[in-house]
Amino acid sequence: MTFEPRRTVLYDLQKAAGARCINFGGWDMPVQFTSIIDEHRAVRTSCGVFDISHMGEVFVSGPRAFDWLQHLLANDLAKCPVGGGQYTFLLNERGGVIDDLIIYRMAEDNFLLLVNAAKIDEDVAWLQKHATDGVTIDNRSDKMSALAVQGPEAARIFREVFQCEMPARNTFIAMEKCRGAIIAAGTGYTGENGFELFFANSLAGDIWAAVLKAGAKPCGLGARDTLRLEMCYPLNGSDLSPDRTPLEAGLGMFVALDKANFLGRDALLAQKAAGLPAKLVALRMTEKSPPPRAHYPVLIDGQPVGETTSGALSPSLAEGIALAYLPPGLTKPGQVVEIDIRGRPFTAVVEKKPFYRPSSTRTA
Amino acid sequence: MNVPDNLKYAESHEWILVEGDTGTVGITDHAQNELTDIVYVDPPKIGAAVTAGQPAAVVESVKAASDIYSPVDGEVIEVNESLSSEPALVNTSPYENGWLYKIRLSNPSQLDALKSPDDYRAQIG
Repeated sequence: MTFEPRRTVLYDLQKAAGARCINFGGWDMPVQFTSIIDEHRAVRTSCGVFDISHMGEVFVSGPRAFDWLQHLLANDLAKCPVGGGQYTFLLNERGGVIDDLIIYRMAEDNFLLLVNAAKIDEDVAWLQKHATDGVTIDNRSDKMSALAVQGPEAARIFREVFQCEMPARNTFIAMEKCRGAIIAAGTGYTGENGFELFFANSLAGDIWAAVLKAGAKPCGLGARDTLRLEMCYPLNGSDLSPDRTPLEAGLGMFVALDKANFLGRDALLAQKAAGLPAKLVALRMTEKSPPPRAHYPVLIDGQPVGETTSGALSPSLAEGIALAYLPPGLTKPGQVVEIDIRGRPFTAVVEKKPFYRPSSTRTA
Repeated sequence: MNVPDNLKYAESHEWILVEGDTGTVGITDHAQNELTDIVYVDPPKIGAAVTAGQPAAVVESVKAASDIYSPVDGEVIEVNESLSSEPALVNTSPYENGWLYKIRLSNPSQLDALKSPDDYRAQIG
């Protein structure tokens, strides 16, 4: 099977801004512009902008939309008011993660699901498989673009570009700006203050230019990955999978086990009663080592007990950091393990999440 | 990109400086520019035998670990210790302070198979 990587409508403008691209989830996306470390620091100290147009926008509406989504999603949608956003999961019957997503409540009976690029087709197929009367599923991923603007300067940039205040964390506003309809949400994947914009493809060039002019630095997926890893935000396909539950991933606070039945709930309750087989922990290298990366064995007394699912040199901490599923008894902060890097063991310790606490983050 | 005239080049973007029976190996300006943000260098062990075209060292950028292939056969006689505290020297000074290791050449005729500066310039366009 061969397929051409897809490109967002901003591809040419980003190439012109110096983007170096890689294939990510079937998309030809910038991994960096100047330097991953520089872009990471820009987001931590000023502001960066990421093209996230590869992500999927799926609208679900209709008189039965709320009840139906409440059954398909793990978090409690009743706690998401109109104008709010909520982190949640699509789970399979085994409680495993199909996708993690943000749901925005556009109206009482109208929702926008922001889903991972590589999972758009699978998510939509899953939704359609469970489709019912009174619910309309409208996948607008190909028609919409999106930008994430993140960092301490994001609020100023928002004011400069849109002449109004940036929406608060986990809320959004629908605006008519730049000659089009824009959804602006106080969400992100970096831990910093910031916003994400969703809009028709035709507006992408103008908004990209306006955000750059206001001072945001173009950033690629490389910095996006190191930024999210410092916050211990999971990446689906790496840290989340159909064979791991959100409870194992340490994301139980986004799963409403107390709400009426939802897909995967029985499996989660059974898993909770039986005890979790493993837990996703944060590991920090405590000796000089090559950067940890995904799929390195984690050892105790030379014996493998798990493997890393993500890893990087943290640009903020200048230390190697990683996530790994470890069995019970080895998941408490302070637990010392070794990570096998090319056949050599290096010492690491289980840390409390997150690795890094951004200075710009307001108290949520 | 800087391609000094006094060096020989491997297609896999390593350079070698030959002085008598000693060769100093590093990666090219083009290679460091492609990798960017080098954060760790895993050098070969002193005394190790390295083989032309086989991995001899690992250079890690933020985004990836990259094998460095020995341009020719030899025995490692010295590694650049300063890279352990300052791996970014490979970015800032790829042909001088950012050299990786030195070997005693065991098969100098292999040098003839390497690229001239002009051939390497043509390769990287």
